[in-house]
Amino acid sequence: MGLLIKDKQVVVPGEVLADDLGYIPGFGTYRNSHNLVCSRLGLVNVEGKVVKIIPLSGKYLPRRNDVVIGKVFDILMTGWRIEINSPYSAVLSSKETADFIERNEDLSRHFDLGDYLVCKVINVTSQNLVDVSARDQGLRKLRGGRIIRVNTHKVPRIIGKKGSMVSMIKQATGCRIIVGQNGLVWIDGEPDKENLAVNAIRKIEIESHIPGLTDRMKIYLEGITGVKLSMNEGDYNGLQ
Amino acid sequence: MDYNKRLDGRGFNELRPIEAKAGVIKKADGSAYFRMGNTVAYAAVYGPRELFPKFMQDPKKGILRCNYNMLPFSGAGDRVRPGPNRRSKEISFVTEKALSAVIDLSDSPNAVVDVYIELPQTDAGSRCCGINAAAIALADAGIPMKDIVCALAMGHAGNKIVVDLNYEEEHLPHYLEGLDNKDVADIPIAMIPSTGEITLLQMDGIISRDVLIEALNKAKDAMLQVSEAQRNALKEKYASNIAYVENDSELSNGESDEFDNNGHDNKNNNGHSSAEKEFEQN
Repeated sequence: MGLLIKDKQVVVPGEVLADDLGYIPGFGTYRNSHNLVCSRLGLVNVEGKVVKIIPLSGKYLPRRNDVVIGKVFDILMTGWRIEINSPYSAVLSSKETADFIERNEDLSRHFDLGDYLVCKVINVTSQNLVDVSARDQGLRKLRGGRIIRVNTHKVPRIIGKKGSMVSMIKQATGCRIIVGQNGLVWIDGEPDKENLAVNAIRKIEIESHIPGLTDRMKIYLEGITGVKLSMNEGDYNGLQ
Repeated sequence: MDYNKRLDGRGFNELRPIEAKAGVIKKADGSAYFRMGNTVAYAAVYGPRELFPKFMQDPKKGILRCNYNMLPFSGAGDRVRPGPNRRSKEISFVTEKALSAVIDLSDSPNAVVDVYIELPQTDAGSRCCGINAAAIALADAGIPMKDIVCALAMGHAGNKIVVDLNYEEEHLPHYLEGLDNKDVADIPIAMIPSTGEITLLQMDGIISRDVLIEALNKAKDAMLQVSEAQRNALKEKYASNIAYVENDSELSNGESDEFDNNGHDNKNNNGHSSAEKEFEQN
C-alpha cells in the first residue's frame, strides 16, 4: 500500500508508483483510477505528497526566460531564424538586438548564417512559436571556442547548485564556459584544457542520476588537473 | 491430426527466448534492440522534430510515423527485395496504430516522431518484435506515454493454441503430415499491459470464435513476460551506469565519454533455459 517505489529510483512508463489516493500526481505521472502511474522514463522524485518524474531523456522544449545557445540558419526580412536544438526554431527580431539596426540594413552584418549566439527566450506560444532576445547584458555572438551538445535534461546537473558545478570545471580548466538550457555548451580556452572540460561534462552527463555526483566530480577534476578546488557559486551563462 | 509436440521442443505456453536492450544506436534520440528466438528487430526513434511537408502538420498534437523494413538478407529463403512493398506498408501502418494508442504528443504540436524499425533477421512474429522494440525506443526517447505496448503472436495449430509461433509453425503443413493450411492460424496481438486493452489484432487463418477468445486470454499471461523484458531493458540501461561508477578505475584517464554497455549481461532469463539451449544449438 501507499508508495511502491523508492525516491530517486529509475522508473519506466506504465509503472505504478503509488496505489492509493494519498499521493498527488506531478510532472510525468497520471492517475489511473486509484493508481498513480508513471508516463515518462526518469527518476522519481517524492516531495511530501507530490510524486513527479525527473526525465532522463527527451528533446528540449523552450520555456520563457531560458538562456539558450542557438545557431543562425536563416535571415528573414526583420530578423534571424535560429536553431535552438529543439523541434521548434526561434525568431530573433532585429528590434531585440543590442545595437540599433537601420531600416533596410544588411542584417548579415550583425549576425551571419552559421553564427552561434547566446540568447534568451522571451515568449513561447501555444503552438511553440519561439521569440528570443539578444538585448540583455551578456547575450551576444560567440566567437572562438567550441560548442558541444549534451542531453538537455542534464543541464541542471552540469550547472550545479547556482552554478557551482560549472564554476568548479572553470576553476580546474581555466576555460570560459557558457551552458545553454537547450543543451548546447560553449567552451573556450586552451585546446587541451577544453578537452578536459568536455570530458568532465560528458562524465556528468553519464553519471548524473547516481548520488554523490559533486564529490565525485571534485575528486575527478582535482585528479586530472592537480588544481585544488573550492566550491563556489558562480556564473554559468554569462549573465551574472 | 493433432499437434502434440512443438517442432522446436517448447511447451505450448512457452515463448522463445527474449533479449531486449535499450539505447543501442548512439545518434538516435531513442533506440532499442529486441529479439524473440531467431527474430531480431532494431528500432530507432528520432524526434519530436519539425515535420515537412507542412500540410501534414497537425496544429493540435504531434504525429507518429512508423517505418517497418526487412533487410534484404533477413528472410528465411530468398533475398527480400529492398524498399517498401505492400506488406511492409501495411505493417508500418498497423504498428503506428498500435503505438499511437499510448503515446501523448500534445506537447509537441506540428512536430513528428519518426520510428524506424529494421529487421536484420526474421523467423515469424516480426511485426510483434518490431512493436516491442519500437515501444522501448519511444520510452527511451523520453516520449510521454501511458504504458509500454507489448506484442506477441498467438497461434492455433492442429487443435492446439500455441504461443509465439516461429516460421516453421506458421507453415506447419509443410513440416507435419496430415495437417492442412486451414488448421494453422496466426494471430499477432499488441496490448497495453496495465489495462489489457488490445491495440493490434490481426489474423491469418480460420478459427472459431471460442478459440479466438481462449487465445486472447492466454495471450495476457504470456504478454507479461514480454512486458517484463521491455521494462528491464530500460532500467538496465541506467543500472549499468551505476555498476560502471561503482567499480571504475579508469575514470582518471579521462575516458569518460567512451562508455559502452559491454560486459553487462542483458539476457532476460524468463525460465526458458531449455529452449534457450536449443536455440543456441540451432
